Amino acid sequence: MTNEELIAYLTTSFPQTEVILGSQYVEMTVSEAQYHSVALQLKESKDSSFDYLFCLSGVDYAENMGVICHLESIKHRHAMVLKVRTADRINPSLDTISDIWITAKYHEREIFDLLGIKFNNHTDLRRLFLEDGWGFPLRKDYVDEIRIVER
Amino acid sequence: MSEIREIILNSDRLATDEYLVNMGPQHPSTHGVLRMLVRLEGEKVLNIEPHIGYIHSGIEKMCEAISYPQIIHLTDRMDYLSAHMNNEAVALCVEKALQVEVPDRVNYIRTIMDELSRLASHQLWWCVMGMDLGALTTFFYGLRDREKILDIFEETCGARLTVNYNLPGGVMFDIHPNFQKRVKDFVKYFRTKLPEYDQLLSGNVIFRERTSGIGYLSPADAIEYGVTGPSGRASGFSCDLRKHQPYSAYPLVKFNEILDHRCDTLARYEVRIKEMYESLSIIDQLIDNIPEGEYAVKMKGVIKLPEGEFFQRVETARGEFGVFVISDGKKNPYRVKFRSPGFSNLFALNKMAKGHKIADLVAIMSTLDLVIPDIDR
Repeated sequence: MTNEELIAYLTTSFPQTEVILGSQYVEMTVSEAQYHSVALQLKESKDSSFDYLFCLSGVDYAENMGVICHLESIKHRHAMVLKVRTADRINPSLDTISDIWITAKYHEREIFDLLGIKFNNHTDLRRLFLEDGWGFPLRKDYVDEIRIVER
Repeated sequence: MSEIREIILNSDRLATDEYLVNMGPQHPSTHGVLRMLVRLEGEKVLNIEPHIGYIHSGIEKMCEAISYPQIIHLTDRMDYLSAHMNNEAVALCVEKALQVEVPDRVNYIRTIMDELSRLASHQLWWCVMGMDLGALTTFFYGLRDREKILDIFEETCGARLTVNYNLPGGVMFDIHPNFQKRVKDFVKYFRTKLPEYDQLLSGNVIFRERTSGIGYLSPADAIEYGVTGPSGRASGFSCDLRKHQPYSAYPLVKFNEILDHRCDTLARYEVRIKEMYESLSIIDQLIDNIPEGEYAVKMKGVIKLPEGEFFQRVETARGEFGVFVISDGKKNPYRVKFRSPGFSNLFALNKMAKGHKIADLVAIMSTLDLVIPDIDR
């Protein structure tokens, strides 16, 4: 599907969501509650069949946290971006998508480690790079007086 | 060590014939500081748990405080064997965001350097792969040829490993007057040496016995785990971004995407060997046709990206490398995420090595071609 077809497809299939064309990919923003079911449908549906999750990033927007999934379909060779934001910034939590794409399991561990977003139903949510008790360095309010030099 | 104690104390998790072995953080076959907690029954691998983060350097956090040209210099510290491709990814991302068209000369130079890096990386992989399996000779053969590429890099940009040759809008210097001749000499030389690789290792009975049928990764699993690069293509996952999302001068050259459907360690080995031939052919097609022109576009002193999100994917020697930049219009990015190929590839290891012997684990790990700073970032 081309980007235009993809927009048309996504707006009809997921009327509750917001679909726009970003600088490069079609971007769809879903609510916290829809996140898992939409992701599952995007992968399972024959028309979209987004079977390859090539990037999963966590972002700290100043008022809340967000997770951005970059998806590609190997069969149809189209790509899109799925975005979700959490309601709470201090104790953010989202449903895991690691049962849909296995690779998400490790990317979610990384996001948990660096941003502190908890993923519900994740089978092995532990810190990945840093020690227990370390802060969440990718948060914008993270302060490390010893190692970060402000200029 | 606390998790070992936890597992041992929790006796129903560890049967009497089972034991835990720490492979790494200093192990010859991990090629860096990677620790794997391997659960064994005799010699049989039951489970592998990679523990990473020993050289986590917080590059993504650092990027938030520095400018875009400076980010380029951090990227070759990640996957140092694909340094040039990593640099190129950031440069392409910035160019895409600012809608800058680079001259053809830049595209040609970048692509030739990409393929030279890929060759150098695959040579190093080949020589340490032999070494991991107990064939030390390959190490000398591989490094002998790699040295010639590093000399070309040194003459072109003054560095051998962390090349830092790319800038947003072009490359840092024009190519050296000797560049074309040296590259052509190298291609001619390496075409005669590459068959030696096959004679030394590929046809060896012991080598084939140790690799064939070992470490099966099904095509569906390769996609599911996001295993890209030669490792993914050996599982029949068509993921060569040079074909699917061509950048720089790749749309202009003819080459084959090497696919293999045997999905085992030997397939991953042979895909890389065949890719070296393809890289030579790509260089052949480009080296005589480098167009005249500028080697860089003049960019503003302070580069500010427009507000928005930009993603650039390139094919490094290890697989898909992605740069994801969220910009809020300032001179430094709001958030940078690097999608590193090694990170996704590493976690498929458990799937591949389960049920095999511990010696096979070493062979499987070699064909994944892990670079640890790429995983830890």
